[in-house]
Parts: sequence; structure tokens; C-alpha cells
Amino acid sequence: MSDEERLPEDSAAPEPAPKKVGTPGVLPSGRAGGTPPLSKERRQQARRRALRTLLLTGGVMGAALSGFLPLLYAQKKRLRPPGALDEKDFLASCIKCGQCVQVCPVSAIKLADLVDGFGVGVPYIDAREQACDFSCDAVQCILACPTGSLTYHKPDFLKVRPGAALAAKPILLAKEKDAEPTLNLNERIGVARLTRPEACLAIQGKGFKGQVRGPDFKGRMRYMAVDRWKPIRIGEHPYDVAECDLCVRECPIKGAISIETVFAPDGAKRKSPVVHEPCVGCGVCEMICPTESASIEIVPREVWKT
Amino acid sequence: MNPYLRRRFREQIMVMFGREPKKPETIAPEAQKIHFHKRGNRDLIAEKLHARAHAVPSHKWRNRRWATLIFANLLFVVSFYFDIQILEGALTASRFIGFHVIDLNSALQVMLAHKHVINNLLIGTGTVLVLWILLGGRTFCSWVCPYHLLAEWAEKLHLYLVKKKLVTDQTIDRRLRSVFWLVFAVLAVVTGYTVFESISPIGILSRAMIYGPGVALLWVLALLVFEVFFSKRAWCRYACPIGLTYGVVGIVSPLRIKYTLDGCFHEGDCRKVCLVPHVLDTVIKGRAVDTEVPIGPDCTRCGLCVDTCPTGSLTFEVKGLSKLL
Repeated sequence: MSDEERLPEDSAAPEPAPKKVGTPGVLPSGRAGGTPPLSKERRQQARRRALRTLLLTGGVMGAALSGFLPLLYAQKKRLRPPGALDEKDFLASCIKCGQCVQVCPVSAIKLADLVDGFGVGVPYIDAREQACDFSCDAVQCILACPTGSLTYHKPDFLKVRPGAALAAKPILLAKEKDAEPTLNLNERIGVARLTRPEACLAIQGKGFKGQVRGPDFKGRMRYMAVDRWKPIRIGEHPYDVAECDLCVRECPIKGAISIETVFAPDGAKRKSPVVHEPCVGCGVCEMICPTESASIEIVPREVWKT
Repeated sequence: MNPYLRRRFREQIMVMFGREPKKPETIAPEAQKIHFHKRGNRDLIAEKLHARAHAVPSHKWRNRRWATLIFANLLFVVSFYFDIQILEGALTASRFIGFHVIDLNSALQVMLAHKHVINNLLIGTGTVLVLWILLGGRTFCSWVCPYHLLAEWAEKLHLYLVKKKLVTDQTIDRRLRSVFWLVFAVLAVVTGYTVFESISPIGILSRAMIYGPGVALLWVLALLVFEVFFSKRAWCRYACPIGLTYGVVGIVSPLRIKYTLDGCFHEGDCRKVCLVPHVLDTVIKGRAVDTEVPIGPDCTRCGLCVDTCPTGSLTFEVKGLSKLL
């Protein structure tokens, strides 16, 4: 790039720019007969300009590639919305527009911030704060996705991880009596696990009375008994159960979880929530679990292991 | 198109990719006549009147543009906030009353990274492609992009600091933008991540407005600080691959700024306000290759030059249509 050719542009710039590339007032002399040798000053200017160009290159590329860091350190695994492709493909195909956020009736979907690196602007679900309870009845986030990041049918070239596929389309309890009771969902987004059995009220044989998660909790859910189309705050729906079974009671999927009698290592009979194959990983059990912290949690992207 | 303009058309495409504009080698005889006439006959009275006209700057196009830009971005915000569903999504991809509209550069990144294109993506991208071919390619930059508006305000601050002699504009090699475009395209293909999207200030700003602010705004702030204190409009001028994508679309666009040689006083005020002054090299004395020269594809059609020119030598033009009207 020749500095000569920049001269007219610079001389028209609004500022006097004494230190700038090119000296105003000197007009291009034409370049007949090859490039004339550059003066020392010109060479210096060209060098500084090259350095500045490198500076901007470094800055932008540094910022862009720093997106790898969170991936390398593989911090928290995010729970993705229903129908999400496997993580790598999900990050590749998500256009970060948030249309899934906009259609969710319980605002379960959030967009990740810069700390997620390449995952910035990519949707995730924090099930403990607000789980997906399928209030929309039809996995609308998938319908909203313009790029197929969330999809009903995976394209053929993407393989399904063993155990990720659901044995059958999950039956949504809320519309069990409808003509079409199933959700159009072929893969699970995670699996619920009883991660803190020692805290679980059911295992301890305890009941629960009052507002789950306290009066300030913002999480919402739709209760068929209250209003099928209007999710309400969980606090507005207090419970009184002699033996806690909230995770089973509020699970939106048929046959995904039940209270079973199990035998503790010492031989004593106990009640315990047990997760079954139809679990899609929606996270309602994690949100509704009254213990702090939750005794049952979703393991994102976990597959079903028999 | 006559051979002089055809040559310039090709030149201007190269200029968009980063080449510096050159003095034209051949000039149409009619234009030569005007150049010659201007050299010999200075109309001092006209110059004086012209200088006076400069004292009352017009902001017609700037105001219209700012209104459009703010309206478009606000439409995203209120569509979600009040759930009126007119324009759902963010600038990267959205639905306009149900129809998919997808940003060309974001779509490109996703296609390259994911290597699979579904129908909705194709439809949305196609719609937007046609839209911006009709509306002028980089028109997107100045009429829609929220970063452009922030950068315009940052530029005012920069120019104030320049006037106070506190900073100077440090120019950077314009070829960098083409390099970035390539690098980010290659990175998307190789890594399988939409690397550019994680630093795209448009996406970050658009999402911040619609879904609430985040730490990512710090990156946008850093860019603005760089532009205020170091290099004027650096992101738009030297870095943004989105601008280049839309610039390429604008090559075939009928909507553009037209330069008329006859009334021009060659003061270069238009070049001072221009984001991409290399497209306005034609207004320099003796450079216009024809009596009327369309401005090249890197032009954002922002209309600042039209506002600043009291002689009307720079006007908006729709190729073909303007003649009919």
C-alpha cells in the first residue's frame, strides 16, 4: 500500500493531523517508472502503520480466540433447550438470535454471556431457577429456531449418541387425554439424578408443607388444576403432603419418575424417587425440589444408562 | 455503462477489498472538458455563495437515517417486551410478521461452521439478500446497525478531542478487513464454531437491547474507546466482516449515491464526513472519469455527503428508476 495515494484523502481530513501518515500539501507526483525510493520519514510512517494494523489484528483475533478458553477449561455444562443438537453442533449452528427465548411461556430459556466464550448469546436452561415444564404443549422453541439448532429431526449426518434417544415419544401428562398426547421430541437433553439422597425428604420419610422454595422464588409452572394456559408462580401454589413426592407429582412426562420402595444398605425399607427411561431432562423435579440445594438434579447431556 | 465507468466500477470493487484508489488513467472527453473549464475559470461569486451555504448544514438524511435505525432496533425490543410479535428475534436472525429474516454474515458463519443448511435458514437468508440488493448492500450498516450509531457518536467525541489536539486519527491498513473476513470464514469451517459471532458487536448490542445487558458489552465499549482515542471509526473501517459481506451485495445494487461533476467545487467536505472516503476519491479535482459517476459498493449510503454538499453534486439515485422519474 502506497502512502502517496493516501495523501489527498488525508489532506481532506478534518484535522490538521501533524503526525499523520502523509504530509498535507504535497500532491501525488504520479508513479511513472516504478516506485521511487521512500524517504526515511515515509518508511517510518509505513512501519508505524503496519504496527497499528498488527495491533488491531492482535486485539480482534485475541478477543475472538479467547472464546476457546471456556471450552478448554470445560467449566459448567449447560442444559440446552429441548431438541438441541449435541453440544459441538449446537454451538456451530446456533445463530444466537434468541427466538427460542421469546416463545417460551415460562421464560425458561436464557442466553449465555461472554464468559461462555463461543457460547455467548447461545440459549441454555438453568433448571433450578426456571425449568422447562412444557407449558407450551408443543416444544415451541424448536419451532422458533431458524437454523435447526433445536430440531425435531436430526439431519442424517449427525449421529444420535447411544442412550440419548428416547425409546418412545414422551407423553405429556397435561395433554394425556388429547388426541395427540405426545411431545415431538426424539432425544433427551439430560437425565434427572438423585444427587443428594441424604437430603431427600422422601428418603427420610418426611413430608412438606408450605411454599416450595420460599415466597421470593420467581420460578413459574403451569398447574392443570389452576389454568392450563397460564403458568403461575410456584409460591402461589403451596403444598401440604405427608410424604414428600413433589418431584413425582409435578413431573410433566408420563412414567419418567416414581416413588419406589427401596432397601437401604442396612436392610431398612425406604421410599425413594426413582428415575425411569422416559425422563427427558426438563428439570421440573430439580426446580420443585424443596430441599436446599436440590436433592434431585438434571445432569445436562447425560444419556440413559440401564 | 461506458468503458470509463466500467473500469471505475471494477476498480471500486478492488478498493472495497482494501486497495487504495488510484488516479484514473483515462477520463471521458466530456468530463475532461469540464475539468479543463474549471481549471481556467474560477467563479469567485459562486464560490462565496457556496461557502455561505456550507455554514447552514443540512441534517435531512442523517435525521431520517437515525430515525430509521432507532425505529428498527426499537421494533425488536418492543416486539419482545410487549409481545406484539412484529419483529421477533435479534439482528442476527428474526421473524418479521412470521417471515424469516436472517443476517447474511451470521447465516454465512453458521453455514460454514455447521455445514448443513435447513430450509428456514435458506429462506431467511434469501429474503434478506434480495432486500439488501434492492436497498444497497451496506445501507444495512448505516441505516440498521446499532453499532454504527454508537460509533457515529464516538466519532463526534473523537473529532472534539482531535480539535483540542489531544488525539490524532491513526489510520490502519484497510486490507485488514478482507483478511479478517477470510480468517473468520476459515476459522468457522476449521473449528466448527461461529468464532466471529462471539465478538460481533452487532449481535452483542442487539441481544443486549432485547434480552438485557451482559458482560459482553465490555467488548463493545473497548472498541468504542479504541475509536475515540486512537483510530477513527476503526471497527467499521478496518475490521468488520459484516460490512464487507453487505458491501459485496451492494456491488449489484441499483440504489447508490451519484456524483455530478458539473456543479462541484471540489472542497472535499463530503470526504471529511464520510466513513469510507476512499469511495469519494472521485470528487477530488480532476479525478472524475465522467460527468456523472456512481459511488462504489463500499459506500454505506448514509447520506452524510448528500447533507453536507450544498451544490447538490451528490444525490441518492436508483439506477434506471431515477431516469423514469
